[in-house]
Amino acid sequence: MNQARSSIFSGGISSAIAILALAAFALLVGTAQQARAELQINVTDGVVEPLPIALAPFVDASGQEDKLGQDIAAVATADLVGSGLFRAIDEKAFIQTPAAAALAPRFPDWRQVNAQGLIVGAVKRQADGRIRVEFRLWDVIGEQQLVGQAFVTERSNWRRVAHLVADAVYTRLTGEDGYFDTRIVYIAESGPASRRVKRLAIMDQDGANHQMLSGGGDLVLTPRFSPSRQEVAYLSYDNGLPRVHILNVDTNQRETVGPLDGMTFAPRFSPDGDQLLFAREQRGNSDIHTMDLRTRKIRKLTNHPAIDTSPSYAPDQSRIVFNSDRGGAQQLYVMDADGGNVQRISFGDGRYATPVWSPRGDLIAFTKIKDGQFSIGVMRPDGSDERILSTSFLEEGPTWAPNGRVLMFYRQTATNRRGQGGTSRLYMVDVTGANLRQAKTPGGASDPAWSPLAP
Amino acid sequence: MSMKFLAVAALGLALAACSTTEDQPATSGSAQAVTTTTAPPPKVVNNTVAVNAPRPGSQEELNATIGDRVQFGFDRYDLSPEARATVGSWADWMKRHQNVALNIEGHADERGTREYNLALGARRANAVKDYMTALGVASGRLQTVSFGKERPAVLGSNEAAWAQNRRGVAVVR
Repeated sequence: MNQARSSIFSGGISSAIAILALAAFALLVGTAQQARAELQINVTDGVVEPLPIALAPFVDASGQEDKLGQDIAAVATADLVGSGLFRAIDEKAFIQTPAAAALAPRFPDWRQVNAQGLIVGAVKRQADGRIRVEFRLWDVIGEQQLVGQAFVTERSNWRRVAHLVADAVYTRLTGEDGYFDTRIVYIAESGPASRRVKRLAIMDQDGANHQMLSGGGDLVLTPRFSPSRQEVAYLSYDNGLPRVHILNVDTNQRETVGPLDGMTFAPRFSPDGDQLLFAREQRGNSDIHTMDLRTRKIRKLTNHPAIDTSPSYAPDQSRIVFNSDRGGAQQLYVMDADGGNVQRISFGDGRYATPVWSPRGDLIAFTKIKDGQFSIGVMRPDGSDERILSTSFLEEGPTWAPNGRVLMFYRQTATNRRGQGGTSRLYMVDVTGANLRQAKTPGGASDPAWSPLAP
Repeated sequence: MSMKFLAVAALGLALAACSTTEDQPATSGSAQAVTTTTAPPPKVVNNTVAVNAPRPGSQEELNATIGDRVQFGFDRYDLSPEARATVGSWADWMKRHQNVALNIEGHADERGTREYNLALGARRANAVKDYMTALGVASGRLQTVSFGKERPAVLGSNEAAWAQNRRGVAVVR
C-alpha cells in the first residue's frame, strides 16, 4: 500500500494537487534491538485500549516563524485519535524536545511518558517555493523505525500531507489501508422542516475545506462519489423533475444522465467507475437499471411489479445487492450483474433497506427498521452474521470508508408539532460497532458518501 | 395563488381608503372625517365577496370544492373508498375544465428510507393517475412526481402527522 502510493502522482481528488511522495527512506538510527513483539493493532476484534502515541509537532527546518509543522501534526493527531484506535500523549509531558527527537529519538524518554509509538517530522521550504515534509514513525519499545516518508508539494496542500501521514501510520500499525486522505460529499440541510433547503456539499473527511456545490433552489438528494473520476452522481429536481445528474466537482460541469421520461433515482457507480446503477420509475413501478457511462447504453436488470431500488455492486462487479418489497415488505436481495439468479438474503425481523456492498467485499451494510427504530448494521453477502452497529429514532444510508473498516450514515431527530427537532447529522461508526461519533459539519447534514482514497 | 393576490389587492384598497379619510381631517373639519370613515367598508366587503368565488378551473376552486389531497395507509398505495371518491371528483372536475392539467404528487411519511420512499411516492401518485385515466381523463393531462419523504404536509413525529403526510396531492399546473 505504501509502496503503491509512493510513486509520483498528480491530480488527485482536488484539482491541481501534486504531491510527490518520495520513497520510504532508510533507517537513520540503525540500533534496532532484538525484535520484540511488534507494535500492532488488531482492528478486527475491536480495540479495548487505544494505543498511546506521541505525535510531536513537526520541526520547521527553515527556522521560520510559522505554525505549519505544528498544524500538520495537529491534523494528523486528530485523524488518528478520531479513529478510536490511538490516544495522543499530551505534548506538555514530553521530555525530549521535538527538534531533538526528529534527529534521534531518546527512547527511554518516550517510554517514560508511556508512548508506544512516536511520530516525528520536519518541514522544509524548497527554493522553488514548495514544501518538503518528512516524517518517521518509531516503535518506542522495539526502538526501530517503522515508517519513513517524505512529501514534496505546494504549501496549500499541507492538510493533505497531514492526512497522508496519518494514513501511513494507521496502515503500518493496523495492517489496513487508511481512510484519512478522503472527502465526503453530502446534503447540507438548512431551514425549518416544512421548508427544508437541501444543498450538495463537499468537505474533507475531517470537516475541513467545506464547500457548497449547489445553490439550494432545486431539491437534491443521495450523492455518490465516482471511484475513478472527480464526479458525483446525485438526484436533483431540476424544473421539478427528479432525475439523476452527474456533477464534475473540479470543473463544476453537470449533466442529466439516463432516461428522461420518468423519475430516475438511487444512483451508484460501479467499483470501476464505468457503469452507473440507478432505479428508474415507469408508470409508478421502479426497476434497477445500469448504464455504460461511455456508450450511454442502458440495460434493465429487474423487471418486477414490486419496488426495486438502492442497487450496489460487489467490488468484483459480478453481483448486485438491492432493495425490493417483492416479498411483501422491504428486504435485501442479491442478483447476478446481468439481473439473473435473484436471491433474498435478509430474513431477520423487520424491514431492511439501503444495502451497500463493502469495498472489501466481505460485508453488506444496511438500514434496518424494526419496532419503530432505525438501525445501521452489517451482514455477510449470504445474509449470515447480522450485526447491528447503531440504533436511534431515525438513521439510514450507510456509506463505507474506502478501507471497509468505518461507516458513515445520517441520523435524524424526531420533530415536535411546532417543527422543532427533525435535524439531521452525520455519524461514523467502526464496523465493529465501536467508536460511534458525530462527523463535523457546519449545519444539518444527511446522505453522506465517502470518496475513495485520493490517487 | 390568485386568491392570495386578490386578498392583498383588496387590503390595499382598504388601506388607500383609510389613508384618504385620514388625510381629510387635516384639510377639512373633523366632523366630515367621521362620516367618510364609515363609507369605505362596504366597498371592501364587495371585493372580498368577489375573491371568495374562485376562478373556475383554478387550484382554489379544487381546494374549496373537493380538496387537493388523499391519504394512504402505511406502506400502501391502494386507494381507500374515501380516496376513490375524492379522486373520482377530481376526474369529474377535470372533465368540466378541459383546459386544466394536473401534477399529481406522491408523498410518504418519514418512517421509511429515502430511496424506498421515493419509489413509494411514485406508486401513490401513479395509483391516483391510473384511477383518473380509468375514469376517462386523458393521461397527457396528468403528470406524476414523487417527493418521497421530502415535503411533509404536517410537522411532527407522531402517528397523526405521519398519516397526513402519506398522501397524493393534486396541483393545478
